[in-house]
Amino acid sequence: MNFLRKSLDNIKKPFGKGEKFERFAPAINAFDTFLFVPNHTTSKGAHVRDAVDLKRTMVTVIIALLPALVYGIYNTGYQYFIQTGEAFTFMDAFVHGAWKIVPMIAVSYIVGLTIEFIFAIYRGHEVNEGYLVTGLLIPMIMPVDIPLWMVAISVAFAVLIAKEAFGGTGMNILNPALTARAFAFFAYPTYMSGNKVWVSEASNVDAISGETILGSLAAGNNVNYSFFEMFQGAIPGSIAETSTLWVAVGALILIFTGVGSWRIIFGGIGGAAVMGFLFNLWGANALMSFDWMNHLVVGGFAFGIVFMATDPVSAAQTNKGKWIYGILVGIFCILIRVFNPAYPEGVMLAILLMNVFAPTIDHYVVEGNINRRKKRWASAQLKTT
Amino acid sequence: MSKDIRIRKGFNLSLEGEANKILVDTYPSKTFALKPDDFFFSTPKLLVKEGEKVQKGSPLFFSKQNQRIHFVSPVGGEVTAIVRGAKRKILEIVITQDETQGSIKHEIPTLESLDQEQLKEVLLKAGAWPFITQRPYGTIAQPEDTPKAIFVSTYTTAPLDVDFDFLLKNNKAEFQKGIDVLAKLAEVTLTADGNFKGFFEKVNNANVVGVKGQHPAGNVGVQIHRLNPVNAGERVWVVNPEDVANIGALFLTGEFSAQRTVAVVGSSVKNPQYYKTIIGASVASLLQQTKLDDAQPNRFINGDVLSGTATSTDGYLSYYNNLFSIIPEGNHYRMFGWLPFVDNNIPSMSKTSLSWIFGKRKARVDTNLNGEERALVVTGEMEKVFPMDIYPMQLIKACLIEDVERMEVLGIYEVVPQDFALIDYSSTSKLEAQEIIRGGLELMIKEEG
Repeated sequence: MNFLRKSLDNIKKPFGKGEKFERFAPAINAFDTFLFVPNHTTSKGAHVRDAVDLKRTMVTVIIALLPALVYGIYNTGYQYFIQTGEAFTFMDAFVHGAWKIVPMIAVSYIVGLTIEFIFAIYRGHEVNEGYLVTGLLIPMIMPVDIPLWMVAISVAFAVLIAKEAFGGTGMNILNPALTARAFAFFAYPTYMSGNKVWVSEASNVDAISGETILGSLAAGNNVNYSFFEMFQGAIPGSIAETSTLWVAVGALILIFTGVGSWRIIFGGIGGAAVMGFLFNLWGANALMSFDWMNHLVVGGFAFGIVFMATDPVSAAQTNKGKWIYGILVGIFCILIRVFNPAYPEGVMLAILLMNVFAPTIDHYVVEGNINRRKKRWASAQLKTT
Repeated sequence: MSKDIRIRKGFNLSLEGEANKILVDTYPSKTFALKPDDFFFSTPKLLVKEGEKVQKGSPLFFSKQNQRIHFVSPVGGEVTAIVRGAKRKILEIVITQDETQGSIKHEIPTLESLDQEQLKEVLLKAGAWPFITQRPYGTIAQPEDTPKAIFVSTYTTAPLDVDFDFLLKNNKAEFQKGIDVLAKLAEVTLTADGNFKGFFEKVNNANVVGVKGQHPAGNVGVQIHRLNPVNAGERVWVVNPEDVANIGALFLTGEFSAQRTVAVVGSSVKNPQYYKTIIGASVASLLQQTKLDDAQPNRFINGDVLSGTATSTDGYLSYYNNLFSIIPEGNHYRMFGWLPFVDNNIPSMSKTSLSWIFGKRKARVDTNLNGEERALVVTGEMEKVFPMDIYPMQLIKACLIEDVERMEVLGIYEVVPQDFALIDYSSTSKLEAQEIIRGGLELMIKEEG
């Protein structure tokens, strides 16, 4: 370890203050701090600090994403093989899925991190860890057959327009990963919806028709999956969104570590359940009478509410606001699903919509606090006069 | 007697090196210093020159903000140095003790015969006024104001903080006298540990309230917020327990009392214990009696490890602190230390570390930042350690953009930097909340005039 540390210090020398490559210090620091927590000591404020930092927080999110990702890789192969009718083993399915998905993740990280590094050097700040999560989320919410160049453009759009244009990590209004998906959705609709994109190689193999459940419901067809199949996730859909079971494992990790807001997650589930139940009572079309429990386990709802709605930067920031925000995401998700057949998947748009309204929610929560204080001041004045 | 209160939010940082209940009654310090920086937002105007002889209780400087407020010498002797920093700012006024100089004796009338103004005049003249600070802002109280209450907090929750029931065991009479004096100025609320109030339970002339809860429940600002919150335009005065005894001693003896009992604590101290000394004593004099673990460089802190100020071995004790903490510096690297669930020996509020499993085990901490400063990303963590009905992040942001009106309505009148110490500690983004709030308070005072 000492040897490694010394060689790193040597490599870093030309990047030091006043040296030749000082401008590029953020880039080399990003690699250095990946290996070592730096020797920085407190210079003002509290003299001792908690062990938690942003790297640790972001890595916790990645750990929470892994179960859904691994299942998504397997499900990609599984969907392919059951549609072609070939015999296959678990490993066959997994390898097929990995062959598709690993390149997407690689493209997402390479393009996204390149832009992040350039901006860090240009703006002279350290590289923020946020993209480690965003970069993994983007491929996980794409259809499996989307061309890699589309992934690259979506990533570039999300990082530049949704994040850096607003000032970088911590300043963005919209969730960058969802912005990438929304961009792809509206720019390349034929690759993002229909019945030919959700199963690997579907457009090349004639026999395959892999529609998502919500897609077929919107088209007025019946659904042949049981609640448990939908919960377990062996259904067509975006790569990692299908398995509510493994998303729930991730949710437990986020809630236990406190990294994801349980208020948003439970608020969202509650909002969606109540909305779904009300529509069940109404029951005017196939989507309305789709059981409210099923609404919670199909499509991207579970994945969205656990991993996207809980993004602390784009969500509401007050505790009360988080409840309201979560509940509204759930309500709008079901509303969009039921009333807008052009967008059978409502969670993406519901979260983006609530991202825009999150500051407004917080504003009213904080105003409530301010008014309470002003009232106290006024009553104190009454007492003295 | 009022109802006891319990503060629910917060976090107790349990550290190695708590002071044993031993009171060492010697102070071989030869030099003493007053540091104007100990008095928030008070600019000194010197009254003495280097080489001048002073008595104990002779004024050394007054505050440019209020010329009635004098700061007096804690000992008799000679002004041997006036240490200045950048822009000739006065950092230290050093006095070398010389017992033969004696002390100033004041004629103190009986308490009953004094009205409020005369009482204030006695405190001002004797140099005991700086013992009284105020909310809002945490500055020295203005003698022209009429406070709605005076708070004395003997409940301590900061890491390794002192036990006032023990610390004041030889000063019970002075303490009671001090409370009697303050009670003539305003109603006195005396808070004590809700589980064991000690001798404070029997103190007369004060409203004794028990407080329970984790840090920062011991912060007097948190208690004021719960019991008698400061509204716009109001003043609440605050006096530290030992300074209550100092005020009492002044009225009993007629001499300015500058007693300061300091607990030297921290994991680098092999014999953590209490020392009875005098305000402004040299750190070196304390260290003579302290067995120090100096296998590594140490940080010397006037105050607790969360909100104290760093000093060095040739520095001096601060005016108000009863605590002197010594912990190892953290100038080292940790390979892959950012992974969740590694390095669990570092106490953490976050469940991304397993340190919670070890429960109340006393930890060794150093001054490593444990990460790097980042943009604010995580939300909701500040509220967990901030037991006031105030939105801390919104207030911090208002201070950052210097929006005075917003700071005012968001509750700046009720906070001092110290209340944000746990936010510094627990921040994922390594935010310097205390620094930001101090900046905000300075701006408020300037704007309010």
